[in-house]
Amino acid sequence: MLAPIPSLESLPLRHPATIAAIAWDRLALPEARRLRELGFDEGVGVEVLHRASLGRGPIACRIGRMTVALRRTVAATITVSLG
Amino acid sequence: MSTLPLIALVGNPNAGKSALFNALTGARQKVGNYPGVTVERHSGRFALDDGRPIELVDLPGAYSLDPASPDERVTRDVLTGTQAGERLPDALVVVVDAANLDNHLRFTLQLIALGLPVVVALNMIDLAERDGLTLDPAVLARELGVPVVPTVAVRKRGLDALRHELTLAVDGSEARALRASDGSVDDDIATLQRRARAISAAATLHETPVRRWTHMLDAVALHPVFGPILLVTLLFVMFQAVFSWSEAPISLIEDAFKAIEAGVTGLMPDTILRSLITDGVIAGVGAVIVFLPQILILFLFILVLEASGYMVRAAFLMDRLMAGVGLSGRAFIPLLSSFACAVPGIMATRTIDDEKDRLTTILIAPLMTCSARLPVYTIIIGAFIPNTRVLPFVGLQGLVLLGLYLMGIAGAFCAALFLRRTVTKGASSGFMMEMPKYQWPRLNDVLIGLWSRAQIFLKRAGTIIALTTVILWALLSFPRAPAGQSQVDHSIAGRIANGVAVVVKPIGFNRDIALALIPAMAAREVAVSAIGTVYAVDDAESDKGQRSIVDNLRHRWSLPTALAFLMWFVFAPQCISTIAVTRRETNGWKWPLFMIGYLFTAAYVMAGITYWLAVAAGL
Repeated sequence: MLAPIPSLESLPLRHPATIAAIAWDRLALPEARRLRELGFDEGVGVEVLHRASLGRGPIACRIGRMTVALRRTVAATITVSLG
Repeated sequence: MSTLPLIALVGNPNAGKSALFNALTGARQKVGNYPGVTVERHSGRFALDDGRPIELVDLPGAYSLDPASPDERVTRDVLTGTQAGERLPDALVVVVDAANLDNHLRFTLQLIALGLPVVVALNMIDLAERDGLTLDPAVLARELGVPVVPTVAVRKRGLDALRHELTLAVDGSEARALRASDGSVDDDIATLQRRARAISAAATLHETPVRRWTHMLDAVALHPVFGPILLVTLLFVMFQAVFSWSEAPISLIEDAFKAIEAGVTGLMPDTILRSLITDGVIAGVGAVIVFLPQILILFLFILVLEASGYMVRAAFLMDRLMAGVGLSGRAFIPLLSSFACAVPGIMATRTIDDEKDRLTTILIAPLMTCSARLPVYTIIIGAFIPNTRVLPFVGLQGLVLLGLYLMGIAGAFCAALFLRRTVTKGASSGFMMEMPKYQWPRLNDVLIGLWSRAQIFLKRAGTIIALTTVILWALLSFPRAPAGQSQVDHSIAGRIANGVAVVVKPIGFNRDIALALIPAMAAREVAVSAIGTVYAVDDAESDKGQRSIVDNLRHRWSLPTALAFLMWFVFAPQCISTIAVTRRETNGWKWPLFMIGYLFTAAYVMAGITYWLAVAAGL
């Protein structure tokens, strides 16, 4: 069975993972830049800490030693590999 | 003053820059503005090792030299020597969070590349140690090629060493011929980021994963169920406190102004001048200063929530709701401040990167019930709504007040929905925010913040409001009416109001209201003192003697008129300061004029509907 490529959006809570790829071209330019500025990059460790309630609210994730909130549409562009 | 060496504090948001600024300069600081933009310029003085005075400026926090907001643009322009009204700094203090080197060092590398003398303040080193990080400042200094001083700004640790390094840096900059860099440093973020991570790894001697208590607090604050409950509870406590804590100071202020009025009345002969000073200036300014306690209590909560790091969590929880009307969670913070006053609220929108998001937030901010509306609401509700209980502990008066607040919020959401589909149409900007560690707010920092808000408010009360009250008094008192005629009808103000009255008659407003609406353009709360002045001038002419403003209202207004008047104030853009700050923040007259137009239309229609419904219901 082909496992779907997990994105940060679908990553279970508190499962440390590594960013495999970021679909930069699917992001608006300022959004992509801010994402980089906050430390998102291929090969960086990442972990989902919280998901807001109220339907499809934003998620909070740990990146490096920082906690960053972002919307699910952005998280969906970030592919991760577990472990 | 301008010949003092200038040192700029610069760094990422949440690096503890402002705490370091307060620690270095103490009370010797002032808040100004950069010309052309409303970004605040915080500057202060301190002395170098040898006693030489230095001017220190606290630049807005930024993630890089590539600005995403007006705040960040100022930071870049100051650092490249292109900001109007600011000279190129002689040296920089780059403030980094010791627990977040990976990220903060990237901006540091960019800043070092500018070529100005740099001292790095390795701040919050105590928190990093508590987090299980052991850092080697010497390695960091070697890798970066600049001095590194460990500091704990909130405990004033490391300040002497920092001052010492700055003395050397300023001397060094005098010896060197400096020229402004054009800012075109290598800004390939990814490359810089990788170097930053490598340096951070080299400087980290030991790292144990410790479950930080920020995570434990977040487990509650961001919990899908408990998080929203906590937020609503906090907001409830906040608004409750605004009303209950302010009772005692308000009666103190009221008594003080009555005493002043009585004192002046006793000292001066009964002339027009005395009436100007007592009825006009003292009463007018007093009517406004009474609201200082409520504004300060609201700001106390906002400052504490902000300094503790909770405000970003609130934005996180609110994002989904705000996204529903085309805004982002970031808009929550300025909108919450707007409950105190729309002016600082509108200024707080500067942290919103997206232009259209920011514009929409600015345009709806005046719909949040600011404290200036309270005197209007309080007096009308007091005069017309019976003080009965609908439920145990729930009074009808309080319920009506709550309804007016909710009306404003609902109006703001509808306006946002409408604006985002029309004039500020565009893709939703998204929501991406760093969530800082929780920390205890420092009393000193909170007090400094409160003091600057109080100053702004008192200045406003002392200038705009005092002036409009005097002008209104003069317009009402001249020309003097011949015997047997009404002074109000004969005055200039009365004649203007007669014109306005034609327009507002369909929505149930009488001539007196039309008259009060004009000076209330300066500040909403003036409406109360304006109505008071109208009736005082009128009563003085008649034989009925002076009556209280509440008696006058009950006697002269119908209930539908009073309700329409309340509804008018939910929507009407009646405040010159708000319009002025909107003009400054949007760089022109287009948006403030649009704001005036749409809010007046909404006010007219909603007041009209209220009036007609109330009349139809036989009230």
